[in-house]
Amino acid sequence: MYSVNYHRAASVADAAKLLKSGDAKLLSGGMTLIPAMKTRLAAPSDLVDLSRIKELQGVKVSGKTVTIGAATTHHDVASDEKLKKACPALAHMASRIGDPAVRYKGTIGGSIANNDPAADYPAALLALDATIVTNKREVAAGKFFTGLFETALKDGEIITAVTFTAPAKAAYEKFRNPASRYAIVGVFVAKGKDGVRVAVTGAGDDGVFRSKEIEAALTKSFTAAALDGMKISAKNLMSDIHASADYRANLIAVMAKRAVAAANA
Amino acid sequence: MSDISLTVNGKRVSGTAEDRTLLVHFLRENLGLTGTHVGCDTSQCGACVIHVDGKAVKSCTMLAVQASGSNVVTIEGLADGADLHPVQAAFKEHHGLQCGFCTPGMIMAATDMINRHPEGLDEATVRAELEGNICRCTGYHNIVKAILAASETMAKGARRKAKQAA
Repeated sequence: MYSVNYHRAASVADAAKLLKSGDAKLLSGGMTLIPAMKTRLAAPSDLVDLSRIKELQGVKVSGKTVTIGAATTHHDVASDEKLKKACPALAHMASRIGDPAVRYKGTIGGSIANNDPAADYPAALLALDATIVTNKREVAAGKFFTGLFETALKDGEIITAVTFTAPAKAAYEKFRNPASRYAIVGVFVAKGKDGVRVAVTGAGDDGVFRSKEIEAALTKSFTAAALDGMKISAKNLMSDIHASADYRANLIAVMAKRAVAAANA
Repeated sequence: MSDISLTVNGKRVSGTAEDRTLLVHFLRENLGLTGTHVGCDTSQCGACVIHVDGKAVKSCTMLAVQASGSNVVTIEGLADGADLHPVQAAFKEHHGLQCGFCTPGMIMAATDMINRHPEGLDEATVRAELEGNICRCTGYHNIVKAILAASETMAKGARRKAKQAA
């Protein structure tokens, strides 16, 4: 790891100020950033630690509205009793990120700011039609995830929370790489008052995306059977040492079916 | 450089380290606590698991300065004098180690797992929750046995304490 200057932010305003120093980066759980710094893939001059900022912590559920602070860990999302009632699919998804030690540190804000093409949260937030709240504005998930490790975040912008309306039904299923525990394919299905939304992670050449054809089939009938015989095109899907694009295409249909079955269970 | 002060195994300690110093290196090199191991150095293997503010985390994926002000427990802090912690005793009794390299991380992860499941553990849960700890001797079978046995012992201990209190 190259030399770095560490700063612990006391508030979001404080973090925004500190972020102006040199080539600073925000540090939340550090589950991606620290390994990237160790391998020198990332070399920020300064780190601004957000993990102790109280206003960024915790899950709030008010009626159907769920708000999750950006520095809330996967462990805290997975074990939040109110969330387990309002949107059990998201709590369950968080309980299967990485391993227990990673879930104690990794945060929802860190995951979506990084936008790894195989991360789980981008699929969840896109399917839940969530809003990403920053210290400057609110951005719809559909406009937030813009490509591989790319988001709509501008310089100096800090994610403070994520908010969404709890869906009537939802579930997430993923086919995990057993070594990295990232999704080779993960599919989040959600049936809300504005219809069915299906988001796919781990597969797209350009990161997380919505599958309009699965959404159309599930809008007609929200059942696993509605996806029988569905062929997903391998166009624009990733091909790597873990899986070919064709294999991923097949997995999308399989994971979508499993997710719908789980959502209806 | 930063001044780092934290509580390690019940003792207040402080030192100066570069901001890029990993917590595991601070423990091993500045404090001489070499029970915590560096296995993979890529957050996969869990040999470096310690407890920071009561949570089992990988100390190779955390800066020492991030932990400043925290309460840290390492494998050296588990035993009560000559009396092994129930998880340590169970690893000994059930031969939950071969070469022993992964053992400190396994035991710290297991202690956290048992604390997180006061309702008790079953084999499937133990195996699932051990996914962040790798044993290259592949001695998982006895590790799982040891954790299940320790979970029983600790639950009995807790019941006894509750009875005495009642």
